[in-house]
Amino acid sequence: MKRDMNVLIVGVGGQGVLLASELLGEAALESGYDVKKSEVHGMAQRGGVVYSHIRLGDKIYSPLIREGHVDVILAFEQAEAQRWVHYLRDAGTIIVNHFKLIPPIASMKGFDYPADAIDSVKKRVKNVKVINAAQTAERLGNLHLINTVLLGVLSMSLDISPEIWEKVIRQWVPKGTEELNIKAFLEGRKHQ
Amino acid sequence: MKKVILSGNEAVARGCYEYGVHVATAYPGTPSTEILENVSKYPEIYSEWSPNEKVAFEVAMGATFNGARSLVAMKHVGLNVAADPFMSVSLIGAPGGFIVVSADDPGMHSSQNEQDNRYYAKFAGYPCLEPADSQESKDFVGVALDISLMFDVPILFRMTTRICHSKCVVTLGERQEFPVKGFKRDPKKFVVIPAYMRMRHAWAVERLNKLRVYSEETPLNFVENGTERIGIITNGVTYQYVKEVFPKGSILKLGMSYPLPVEKIRSFARSVDKLLIVEELEPFVEEQIKAEGIACEGKKYWSNLGELSPEAVEKGFIHAGLLDKKVSVPVKEDVISRPPIFCPGCPHRGLYYTLKKLKATIATDIGCYTLGVLPPLESGDTCVEMGASIGVAAGMSKARGSGKGIVATIGDSTFLHSGMTGLLNVVNDRAGITVVIADNRITAMTGGQQQPGTGKTLMKEESKSIDLGEVCQALGVERIRVVDPYRLDEMKTVLKEEMESDELSVVITNRPCALFPKENRKKTRQKPFTVDTEICIGCHTCFKVNCPAIHESELKTPKGFTKSNIDAVLCTGCSVCAQECPTGAIRSTE
Repeated sequence: MKRDMNVLIVGVGGQGVLLASELLGEAALESGYDVKKSEVHGMAQRGGVVYSHIRLGDKIYSPLIREGHVDVILAFEQAEAQRWVHYLRDAGTIIVNHFKLIPPIASMKGFDYPADAIDSVKKRVKNVKVINAAQTAERLGNLHLINTVLLGVLSMSLDISPEIWEKVIRQWVPKGTEELNIKAFLEGRKHQ
Repeated sequence: MKKVILSGNEAVARGCYEYGVHVATAYPGTPSTEILENVSKYPEIYSEWSPNEKVAFEVAMGATFNGARSLVAMKHVGLNVAADPFMSVSLIGAPGGFIVVSADDPGMHSSQNEQDNRYYAKFAGYPCLEPADSQESKDFVGVALDISLMFDVPILFRMTTRICHSKCVVTLGERQEFPVKGFKRDPKKFVVIPAYMRMRHAWAVERLNKLRVYSEETPLNFVENGTERIGIITNGVTYQYVKEVFPKGSILKLGMSYPLPVEKIRSFARSVDKLLIVEELEPFVEEQIKAEGIACEGKKYWSNLGELSPEAVEKGFIHAGLLDKKVSVPVKEDVISRPPIFCPGCPHRGLYYTLKKLKATIATDIGCYTLGVLPPLESGDTCVEMGASIGVAAGMSKARGSGKGIVATIGDSTFLHSGMTGLLNVVNDRAGITVVIADNRITAMTGGQQQPGTGKTLMKEESKSIDLGEVCQALGVERIRVVDPYRLDEMKTVLKEEMESDELSVVITNRPCALFPKENRKKTRQKPFTVDTEICIGCHTCFKVNCPAIHESELKTPKGFTKSNIDAVLCTGCSVCAQECPTGAIRSTE
């Protein structure tokens, strides 16, 4: 009997939310879970809000998670963490990438990018992990590793073995970058 | 058996492969696009992007007439375009097997309406199959072909955005090969003259009666007994939501929602104390069950507006007094929206920016460029359906008595889809409007699909690249001008001249899409631009061109205005913002 887990990955078009979700889905399938995912395509390329619901368990019905039923949220961007935090269970964990992507609309009257997104998230929920994934990626020498670092952080909240993660990462990342990505993933796992 | 994770669309494509489909066609449209994109990965199947849904339908229809297993896919409103052959072929049949996929969009994620296309099945007298996950999306392709061949009938294969784009675990099978049976000449079947079709109508009615019997027996419609005597009839993705939030109920799941298994429903109704119908959008099933005199409730608790969700389905059960729970309303944070905007380097940006300055009345059309309607460009006054812009502009000019200042804007793919006949009409009735064809050589909004101007087919074969100027000339247009949408002043001069003239003219913008095809990105890209912060006065004129690459910087002018900054990774060097900067602070890094 495997424990049901509801994961929500959110961010902005172009950040790699859907790819991270693919990797998690594959790793879960490889671990013997039933998996369902839901996302809506179309606006990803144009700076829109992107989300992916991922559910793992013995037998999953709905591809969508109810508000207040998410176990882990992984937010690639801090305002997006604030936008989706109401999906989290009381005992759930939210992982927030310390990063701002300010939409052009913020330069128009009446639209303000939140000054303190991370603070408002912290006011609402107990378990908040704030990660500066860009810093870790930069230290490893490549900003493209941000996604893998964040997946590493997320993996600590899930019952999927590091060996399976490693296998899936090797299959999915561009050839020649496998070792670097595994390193980034393991760096992510060190975050508390 | 190999298990993989597939979206509903990928699963339909896999179903085409496994169940021996020979010919598959479509015109791209969210949420259906990925079906043909994935079918094209199987060289065993002939696949094509047709110029519009009607043509796609006709090609697949011709294939089934010739005894091939065929499929056509489209979004819900695409079926309106293909409605003519859809209705007529009902009386002919589908000798090779024929699936019509309609991908409906409850919630209008990316559509102009949320029409419920199950009514089309009833209208034409076709069976309607509705998969509830990716496994069913694949398996139902096989069942649909069986039914189609057994009853000589096309199948309405109805999906929704949530089924198309959700991903689930699917068990794969092998491809089965079936021979193409060939065309058997039979004018009384294949030629729709009244004398023949009067006989065929009676045949079609009899066919529907047989399908009613089939619907009673098929395992597509099955009962799952729960612990309570509450009966729920449901279909598609709402089945999953019901299982999630009300597991104790008894369920009659409809995989075939037309014709309904009326006797099965009647006996199911007798086995429960209360009968509820949970369906997205219209009360299609509920109305028919009520018409049979069977008591039930549905839309009383579950709205016909928008997409249902597990929360909405749960709320309905609470309102029906069946869940002892309070409706929980989590407080949402009010966070800045991220409306979709033109990509960096998009050729449409300069066009709509210029049209706004010229204060044109703009009948626009369907594509990426519809985004020009939103602030700050606010360029576009009407938009109805594919190809409408030219007819609407013509009608406005007839009502005003002049076409001056009236502009129709239409993309190349939309023009080829259904704008050409509108233009022919304008040539004929001499409406003096200005038609702008925003020619980016690709169907961009749906993710960059080939069209007759691209020079390549879906199966990656080289093809003739249609020249739109030549097409317009052949249609009889005398004033045709080509402009570069990256050169604002020149474009403005041309557009102004044409708008002031009371003769019909076509203005074609000639820059390709900045995003698709992917292999062209390097070619179209130039050195990024940068803001000289010594010169920038923080006037924010550059923000008005609404480019994702332009942001506020941390720097301020002595008067406290924030200076601009350009993201060098996003900027493609199109220079539109630099042309608008009044102080010359934006320069190429070349």
